[in-house]
Amino acid sequence: MSDESKRPPHDLGGLAGGPIDTDEHEPTFWEQRIDALQVLLGDKVRRIIDTAELRRGIESLGPEAYDTLSYYERWAASIAAVLVEKGVVTEGELDRRAAEIRARREGAQ
Amino acid sequence: MSARFAPGDRVRIAGRDPTVHNRVPRYARGHVGVIERVCGAFGQPELLAYGGDGEPYQTLYRVRLEQTDLWPDYAESPQDTLEIEIFEHWLDPA
Amino acid sequence: MAEQTHQHRPPRPDDPEPTSDYHFLGLAMRELLIEKGVFTADEERRAIEAMEARSPAGGARVVARAWTDPDYKARLLADAAAAARELGIDIGPTRLVVVENTAEVHNVVVCTLCSCYPRMLLGLPPAWYKSANYRKRVVREPRAVLAEFGTTIAERVEVRVHDSTADMRYLVVPLRPAGAEGWSEAQLAALVTRDSMVGVAPALSPDAASSARD
Repeated sequence: MSDESKRPPHDLGGLAGGPIDTDEHEPTFWEQRIDALQVLLGDKVRRIIDTAELRRGIESLGPEAYDTLSYYERWAASIAAVLVEKGVVTEGELDRRAAEIRARREGAQ
Repeated sequence: MSARFAPGDRVRIAGRDPTVHNRVPRYARGHVGVIERVCGAFGQPELLAYGGDGEPYQTLYRVRLEQTDLWPDYAESPQDTLEIEIFEHWLDPA
Repeated sequence: MAEQTHQHRPPRPDDPEPTSDYHFLGLAMRELLIEKGVFTADEERRAIEAMEARSPAGGARVVARAWTDPDYKARLLADAAAAARELGIDIGPTRLVVVENTAEVHNVVVCTLCSCYPRMLLGLPPAWYKSANYRKRVVREPRAVLAEFGTTIAERVEVRVHDSTADMRYLVVPLRPAGAEGWSEAQLAALVTRDSMVGVAPALSPDAASSARD
Protein backbone atom coordinates (compact mmCIF):
# COMPACT_ATOMS: atom_id res chain seq x y z
CA MET A 1 0.00 0.00 0.00
CA SER A 2 2.76 2.41 0.93
CA ASP A 3 5.55 3.13 -1.49
CA GLU A 4 8.75 1.93 0.23
CA SER A 5 10.88 4.47 -1.58
CA LYS A 6 8.89 7.20 0.18
CA ARG A 7 9.29 5.75 3.67
CA PRO A 8 10.61 8.53 5.92
CA PRO A 9 13.70 7.60 7.96
CA HIS A 10 11.99 7.71 11.35
CA ASP A 11 9.13 5.35 10.46
CA LEU A 12 10.87 2.17 11.52
CA GLY A 13 8.14 -0.15 12.83
CA GLY A 14 8.26 -3.59 11.20
CA LEU A 15 11.55 -3.23 9.35
CA ALA A 16 14.10 -6.00 9.71
CA GLY A 17 16.71 -5.23 12.34
CA GLY A 18 19.60 -6.70 14.22
CA PRO A 19 20.21 -7.58 17.87
CA ILE A 20 19.32 -4.92 20.41
CA ASP A 21 22.28 -3.36 22.20
CA THR A 22 21.18 -3.20 25.83
CA ASP A 23 24.29 -1.47 27.18
CA GLU A 24 23.37 1.30 29.58
CA HIS A 25 24.47 4.79 28.64
CA GLU A 26 24.25 7.56 31.22
CA PRO A 27 23.37 10.85 29.53
CA THR A 28 26.34 13.20 29.28
CA PHE A 29 26.08 16.77 30.52
CA TRP A 30 25.86 18.00 26.92
CA GLU A 31 22.97 15.62 26.25
CA GLN A 32 21.20 16.81 29.39
CA ARG A 33 21.64 20.39 28.20
CA ILE A 34 20.09 19.62 24.83
CA ASP A 35 17.20 17.85 26.53
CA ALA A 36 16.77 20.83 28.84
CA LEU A 37 16.75 23.17 25.81
CA GLN A 38 13.69 21.43 24.42
CA VAL A 39 12.03 21.14 27.84
CA LEU A 40 12.38 24.91 28.30
CA LEU A 41 11.50 25.92 24.74
CA GLY A 42 8.44 23.68 24.80
CA ASP A 43 7.12 24.53 28.25
CA LYS A 44 3.93 26.42 29.04
CA VAL A 45 5.79 29.64 29.76
CA ARG A 46 7.59 29.87 26.41
CA ARG A 47 5.77 27.63 23.93
CA ILE A 48 8.46 28.32 21.34
CA ILE A 49 8.96 24.76 20.03
CA ASP A 50 6.15 22.23 20.27
CA THR A 51 7.09 18.54 20.50
CA ALA A 52 5.52 18.08 17.07
CA GLU A 53 7.87 20.73 15.66
CA LEU A 54 10.89 19.05 17.25
CA ARG A 55 9.82 15.78 15.63
CA ARG A 56 9.16 17.38 12.26
CA GLY A 57 12.60 19.02 12.40
CA ILE A 58 14.22 15.65 13.12
CA GLU A 59 12.28 13.97 10.33
CA SER A 60 13.37 16.71 7.92
CA LEU A 61 17.08 16.10 8.45
CA GLY A 62 17.07 13.56 5.66
CA PRO A 63 17.81 9.84 5.78
CA GLU A 64 21.57 10.16 5.91
CA ALA A 65 21.64 12.54 8.87
CA TYR A 66 18.87 10.59 10.63
CA ASP A 67 20.89 7.41 10.48
CA THR A 68 24.32 8.82 11.28
CA LEU A 69 23.75 11.51 13.92
CA SER A 70 23.43 10.54 17.56
CA TYR A 71 20.04 10.92 19.24
CA TYR A 72 20.75 14.31 20.81
CA GLU A 73 22.68 15.54 17.77
CA ARG A 74 19.41 15.09 15.89
CA TRP A 75 17.64 17.09 18.56
CA ALA A 76 20.25 19.85 18.40
CA ALA A 77 19.99 20.04 14.61
CA SER A 78 16.20 20.13 14.74
CA ILE A 79 15.98 22.73 17.51
CA ALA A 80 18.45 24.96 15.64
CA ALA A 81 16.47 24.68 12.41
CA VAL A 82 13.17 25.55 14.11
CA LEU A 83 14.72 28.46 16.04
CA VAL A 84 16.08 29.89 12.78
CA GLU A 85 12.76 29.33 11.02
CA LYS A 86 10.99 31.26 13.81
CA GLY A 87 13.54 34.07 13.79
CA VAL A 88 14.57 33.48 17.41
CA VAL A 89 18.19 33.26 16.28
CA THR A 90 19.82 33.60 12.89
CA GLU A 91 22.02 31.10 11.16
CA GLY A 92 24.84 33.65 11.20
CA GLU A 93 24.58 34.10 14.97
CA LEU A 94 24.70 30.35 15.49
CA ASP A 95 27.67 29.86 13.18
CA ARG A 96 29.66 32.68 14.73
CA ARG A 97 28.94 31.58 18.27
CA ALA A 98 29.71 27.94 17.56
CA ALA A 99 33.06 28.97 16.06
CA GLU A 100 33.80 31.16 19.09
CA ILE A 101 33.05 28.35 21.51
CA ARG A 102 35.20 25.97 19.53
CA ALA A 103 38.07 28.49 19.59
CA ARG A 104 37.60 29.04 23.34
CA ARG A 105 37.74 25.30 23.98
CA GLU A 106 40.75 24.78 21.82
CA GLY A 107 42.52 27.76 23.39
CA ALA A 108 41.90 26.31 26.84
CA GLN A 109 43.67 23.09 26.04
CA MET B 1 -16.06 17.35 21.79
CA SER B 2 -18.16 14.38 20.76
CA ALA B 3 -16.35 11.25 19.72
CA ARG B 4 -17.46 9.62 16.50
CA PHE B 5 -16.42 6.13 17.63
CA ALA B 6 -16.98 4.18 20.84
CA PRO B 7 -15.08 1.29 22.41
CA GLY B 8 -15.76 -1.90 20.45
CA ASP B 9 -16.38 -0.13 17.12
CA ARG B 10 -14.55 -1.55 14.12
CA VAL B 11 -12.50 1.06 12.29
CA ARG B 12 -10.16 1.20 9.34
CA ILE B 13 -7.01 3.29 9.56
CA ALA B 14 -6.65 5.43 6.44
CA GLY B 15 -4.20 4.16 3.84
CA ARG B 16 -3.01 7.56 2.72
CA ASP B 17 0.62 8.54 2.56
CA PRO B 18 0.91 12.28 3.17
CA THR B 19 4.23 14.07 2.91
CA VAL B 20 3.49 16.29 5.91
CA HIS B 21 4.46 15.24 9.42
CA ASN B 22 1.98 12.80 10.93
CA ARG B 23 1.90 10.15 13.63
CA VAL B 24 0.55 7.14 11.79
CA PRO B 25 3.23 4.55 11.15
CA ARG B 26 3.14 2.88 7.77
CA TYR B 27 2.71 -0.59 9.15
CA ALA B 28 -0.73 0.31 10.56
CA ARG B 29 -2.14 2.14 7.51
CA GLY B 30 -5.08 0.50 5.79
CA HIS B 31 -5.62 -2.02 8.60
CA VAL B 32 -8.86 -2.69 10.47
CA GLY B 33 -9.01 -2.75 14.24
CA VAL B 34 -11.32 -2.18 17.18
CA ILE B 35 -11.53 0.95 19.34
CA GLU B 36 -10.04 0.07 22.73
CA ARG B 37 -10.68 3.45 24.37
CA VAL B 38 -11.30 7.10 23.69
CA CYS B 39 -8.31 9.12 24.94
CA GLY B 40 -9.71 12.66 24.65
CA ALA B 41 -9.18 15.53 22.22
CA PHE B 42 -5.71 16.71 21.21
CA GLY B 43 -4.15 19.09 18.71
CA GLN B 44 -3.55 17.70 15.24
CA PRO B 45 0.13 16.84 14.79
CA GLU B 46 -0.12 17.71 11.09
CA LEU B 47 -0.73 21.34 12.17
CA LEU B 48 1.25 21.56 15.40
CA ALA B 49 4.36 20.44 13.55
CA TYR B 50 4.37 23.61 11.45
CA GLY B 51 3.79 26.13 14.23
CA GLY B 52 -0.01 25.95 14.18
CA ASP B 53 -2.18 25.64 17.26
CA GLY B 54 -3.46 22.20 16.24
CA GLU B 55 -7.08 23.42 15.98
CA PRO B 56 -9.58 22.01 15.49
CA TYR B 57 -8.64 19.41 18.06
CA GLN B 58 -9.33 15.82 17.06
CA THR B 59 -10.46 12.93 19.20
CA LEU B 60 -7.67 10.45 19.82
CA TYR B 61 -8.38 6.73 20.14
CA ARG B 62 -6.48 3.62 21.02
CA VAL B 63 -7.08 1.02 18.35
CA ARG B 64 -6.44 -2.68 18.92
CA LEU B 65 -5.09 -4.60 15.92
CA GLU B 66 -4.42 -8.30 15.43
CA GLN B 67 -0.77 -9.08 14.84
CA THR B 68 -1.65 -11.78 12.32
CA ASP B 69 -3.54 -9.14 10.33
CA LEU B 70 -0.74 -6.57 10.50
CA TRP B 71 1.94 -9.02 9.40
CA PRO B 72 0.81 -11.81 7.09
CA ASP B 73 3.94 -13.76 8.03
CA TYR B 74 3.54 -13.19 11.78
CA ALA B 75 5.41 -16.11 13.26
CA GLU B 76 4.65 -15.81 16.97
CA SER B 77 1.34 -16.49 18.79
CA PRO B 78 -1.98 -16.01 16.93
CA GLN B 79 -3.65 -14.24 19.86
CA ASP B 80 -1.02 -11.48 20.00
CA THR B 81 -2.25 -7.91 19.54
CA LEU B 82 -0.94 -4.39 19.10
CA GLU B 83 -2.50 -1.18 20.33
CA ILE B 84 -1.82 2.17 18.77
CA GLU B 85 -3.05 5.75 19.15
CA ILE B 86 -4.83 7.06 16.07
CA PHE B 87 -6.65 10.38 15.57
CA GLU B 88 -10.24 10.47 14.36
CA HIS B 89 -9.31 12.14 11.06
CA TRP B 90 -7.39 8.96 10.19
CA LEU B 91 -10.29 6.58 10.91
CA ASP B 92 -13.31 5.34 8.97
CA PRO B 93 -16.00 2.90 10.07
CA ALA B 94 -15.25 -0.67 8.98
CA MET C 1 20.36 15.27 52.18
CA ALA C 2 17.79 16.72 49.81
CA GLU C 3 20.12 19.73 49.51
CA GLN C 4 22.92 17.42 48.57
CA THR C 5 21.08 15.69 45.75
CA HIS C 6 19.91 19.02 44.40
CA GLN C 7 23.38 20.47 44.22
CA HIS C 8 24.32 21.20 40.67
CA ARG C 9 27.28 19.11 39.70
CA PRO C 10 29.86 20.21 37.18
CA PRO C 11 30.26 18.22 33.97
CA ARG C 12 31.46 14.74 34.84
CA PRO C 13 35.13 14.25 34.12
CA ASP C 14 34.27 11.34 31.85
CA ASP C 15 31.92 13.44 29.75
CA PRO C 16 33.41 13.58 26.29
CA GLU C 17 34.50 17.06 25.30
CA PRO C 18 32.46 18.41 22.42
CA THR C 19 34.00 17.61 19.09
CA SER C 20 31.28 17.47 16.46
CA ASP C 21 29.74 20.51 14.84
CA TYR C 22 26.45 19.59 16.49
CA HIS C 23 28.00 19.74 19.94
CA PHE C 24 29.16 23.29 19.32
CA LEU C 25 25.85 24.16 17.71
CA GLY C 26 24.07 23.00 20.88
CA LEU C 27 26.32 25.06 23.12
CA ALA C 28 25.92 28.07 20.81
CA MET C 29 22.13 27.82 21.05
CA ARG C 30 22.07 27.74 24.82
CA GLU C 31 24.42 30.72 25.12
CA LEU C 32 22.46 32.79 22.61
CA LEU C 33 19.09 31.91 24.15
CA ILE C 34 20.35 32.85 27.61
CA GLU C 35 21.73 36.16 26.27
CA LYS C 36 18.46 36.92 24.54
CA GLY C 37 16.55 36.27 27.75
CA VAL C 38 14.59 33.29 26.40
CA PHE C 39 15.60 31.41 29.54
CA THR C 40 18.14 31.89 32.28
CA ALA C 41 21.12 29.73 33.20
CA ASP C 42 19.30 29.07 36.46
CA GLU C 43 16.25 27.76 34.64
CA GLU C 44 18.48 25.48 32.61
CA ARG C 45 20.11 24.21 35.80
CA ARG C 46 16.73 23.53 37.40
CA ALA C 47 15.47 21.72 34.28
CA ILE C 48 18.49 19.41 34.46
CA GLU C 49 18.01 18.86 38.18
CA ALA C 50 14.36 17.98 37.67
CA MET C 51 15.41 15.56 34.93
CA GLU C 52 17.92 13.91 37.27
CA ALA C 53 15.40 13.71 40.10
CA ARG C 54 13.06 11.56 38.01
CA SER C 55 13.89 7.88 37.96
CA PRO C 56 12.22 4.47 37.84
CA ALA C 57 11.86 4.74 41.64
CA GLY C 58 8.76 6.86 41.02
CA GLY C 59 7.13 4.25 38.84
CA ALA C 60 8.19 1.51 41.26
CA ARG C 61 6.34 3.21 44.13
CA VAL C 62 3.20 3.36 42.04
CA VAL C 63 3.47 -0.32 41.10
CA ALA C 64 4.19 -1.46 44.67
CA ARG C 65 1.11 0.38 45.91
CA ALA C 66 -0.98 -1.19 43.13
CA TRP C 67 0.29 -4.63 44.18
CA THR C 68 -0.75 -4.14 47.78
CA ASP C 69 -3.96 -2.16 47.43
CA PRO C 70 -6.58 -3.38 44.91
CA ASP C 71 -8.62 -0.19 45.26
CA TYR C 72 -5.54 1.87 44.43
CA LYS C 73 -4.85 -0.35 41.43
CA ALA C 74 -8.39 0.23 40.17
CA ARG C 75 -7.92 3.99 40.52
CA LEU C 76 -4.52 3.76 38.81
CA LEU C 77 -5.92 1.92 35.80
CA ALA C 78 -8.83 4.38 35.57
CA ASP C 79 -6.93 7.67 36.08
CA ALA C 80 -3.18 7.23 36.34
CA ALA C 81 -2.33 10.91 36.81
CA ALA C 82 -4.63 11.25 39.81
CA ALA C 83 -3.35 7.98 41.28
CA ALA C 84 0.27 9.15 40.93
CA ARG C 85 -0.66 12.41 42.66
CA GLU C 86 -1.98 10.41 45.61
CA LEU C 87 1.62 9.30 46.16
CA GLY C 88 2.91 12.85 45.82
CA ILE C 89 4.14 12.35 42.25
CA ASP C 90 3.10 15.16 39.94
CA ILE C 91 3.25 13.97 36.35
CA GLY C 92 2.37 17.42 34.99
CA PRO C 93 0.52 17.51 31.68
CA THR C 94 1.59 13.93 30.79
CA ARG C 95 -1.35 11.73 29.77
CA LEU C 96 -0.57 8.38 31.27
CA VAL C 97 -2.11 5.01 30.51
CA VAL C 98 -1.27 2.22 32.96
CA VAL C 99 -1.67 -1.33 31.69
CA GLU C 100 -1.55 -4.41 33.87
CA ASN C 101 0.13 -7.71 33.13
CA THR C 102 -2.08 -10.67 34.04
CA ALA C 103 -2.09 -14.43 33.59
CA GLU C 104 -3.67 -13.77 30.17
CA VAL C 105 -1.89 -10.67 28.84
CA HIS C 106 1.70 -9.44 28.78
CA ASN C 107 2.18 -5.79 27.80
CA VAL C 108 5.25 -4.22 26.21
CA VAL C 109 5.74 -0.58 25.23
CA VAL C 110 7.53 1.05 22.30
CA CYS C 111 7.52 4.29 20.35
CA THR C 112 8.27 3.27 16.77
CA LEU C 113 8.27 6.84 15.40
CA CYS C 114 10.53 8.46 17.99
CA SER C 115 11.12 7.90 21.71
CA CYS C 116 7.94 8.70 23.68
CA TYR C 117 8.38 7.42 27.23
CA PRO C 118 6.79 8.08 30.64
CA ARG C 119 9.71 10.27 31.76
CA MET C 120 7.84 11.65 34.76
CA LEU C 121 7.73 8.16 36.28
CA LEU C 122 10.79 6.47 34.78
CA GLY C 123 13.29 9.23 34.02
CA LEU C 124 14.99 9.45 30.63
CA PRO C 125 14.59 6.40 28.38
CA PRO C 126 17.47 3.93 28.11
CA ALA C 127 19.48 3.88 24.89
CA TRP C 128 17.99 0.58 23.77
CA TYR C 129 14.46 1.96 23.99
CA LYS C 130 15.44 4.71 21.51
CA SER C 131 17.43 2.37 19.30
CA ALA C 132 16.43 1.64 15.72
CA ASN C 133 16.57 -2.12 16.27
CA TYR C 134 14.12 -2.09 19.18
CA ARG C 135 11.75 0.25 17.35
CA LYS C 136 11.92 -1.83 14.16
CA ARG C 137 11.48 -5.25 15.67
CA VAL C 138 9.32 -5.18 18.78
CA VAL C 139 6.10 -4.53 16.86
CA ARG C 140 6.67 -7.41 14.51
CA GLU C 141 8.46 -10.04 16.58
CA PRO C 142 7.81 -9.05 20.19
CA ARG C 143 8.51 -12.50 21.62
CA ALA C 144 11.86 -12.71 19.86
CA VAL C 145 12.75 -9.28 21.25
CA LEU C 146 11.60 -10.24 24.75
CA ALA C 147 13.74 -13.36 24.51
CA GLU C 148 16.78 -11.14 23.93
CA PHE C 149 15.97 -9.54 27.28
CA GLY C 150 15.79 -13.02 28.80
CA THR C 151 12.00 -12.98 28.98
CA THR C 152 9.88 -15.88 27.79
CA ILE C 153 6.13 -15.49 27.60
CA ALA C 154 4.00 -18.64 27.42
CA GLU C 155 2.37 -19.23 24.03
CA ARG C 156 -1.15 -19.13 25.58
CA VAL C 157 -0.51 -15.64 26.98
CA GLU C 158 -1.39 -12.77 24.64
CA VAL C 159 1.51 -10.42 24.01
CA ARG C 160 0.14 -6.92 23.55
CA VAL C 161 2.46 -4.29 22.10
CA HIS C 162 1.67 -0.63 22.78
CA ASP C 163 3.01 1.81 20.19
CA SER C 164 3.04 5.31 21.75
CA THR C 165 2.26 7.21 18.58
CA ALA C 166 0.56 10.32 19.92
CA ASP C 167 -0.22 11.95 23.26
CA MET C 168 -0.40 8.98 25.66
CA ARG C 169 2.50 7.54 27.63
CA TYR C 170 2.45 3.97 28.95
CA LEU C 171 3.50 2.27 32.16
CA VAL C 172 3.25 -1.48 32.69
CA VAL C 173 2.31 -2.97 36.06
CA PRO C 174 4.26 -6.24 36.01
CA LEU C 175 2.98 -9.38 37.69
CA ARG C 176 3.71 -9.45 41.40
CA PRO C 177 6.35 -12.15 41.89
CA ALA C 178 5.65 -15.10 44.14
CA GLY C 179 7.54 -15.41 47.39
CA ALA C 180 7.10 -11.79 48.49
CA GLU C 181 3.95 -12.28 50.52
CA GLY C 182 3.69 -9.93 53.46
CA TRP C 183 6.42 -7.63 52.14
CA SER C 184 6.11 -3.90 52.76
CA GLU C 185 5.50 -1.50 49.90
CA ALA C 186 9.10 -0.27 50.11
CA GLN C 187 10.44 -3.83 49.94
CA LEU C 188 8.21 -4.61 46.99
CA ALA C 189 9.24 -1.43 45.18
CA ALA C 190 12.82 -2.74 45.14
CA LEU C 191 11.59 -5.62 42.94
CA VAL C 192 10.10 -3.27 40.34
CA THR C 193 12.72 -2.53 37.71
CA ARG C 194 12.62 -0.01 34.90
CA ASP C 195 12.56 -2.80 32.33
CA SER C 196 9.61 -4.47 34.05
CA MET C 197 7.63 -1.23 33.73
CA VAL C 198 8.42 -1.02 30.00
CA GLY C 199 7.40 -4.66 29.73
CA VAL C 200 10.60 -6.27 28.45
CA ALA C 201 11.25 -8.12 31.71
CA PRO C 202 9.33 -9.45 34.71
CA ALA C 203 9.73 -7.87 38.13
CA LEU C 204 12.65 -9.29 40.11
CA SER C 205 11.98 -12.39 42.14
CA PRO C 206 12.69 -12.03 45.86
CA ASP C 207 15.66 -14.39 45.44
CA ALA C 208 17.14 -12.42 42.57
CA ALA C 209 16.67 -9.20 44.52
CA SER C 210 18.49 -10.52 47.60
CA SER C 211 21.37 -12.00 45.60
CA ALA C 212 21.69 -8.68 43.74
CA ARG C 213 22.17 -7.01 47.14
CA ASP C 214 24.84 -9.48 48.29
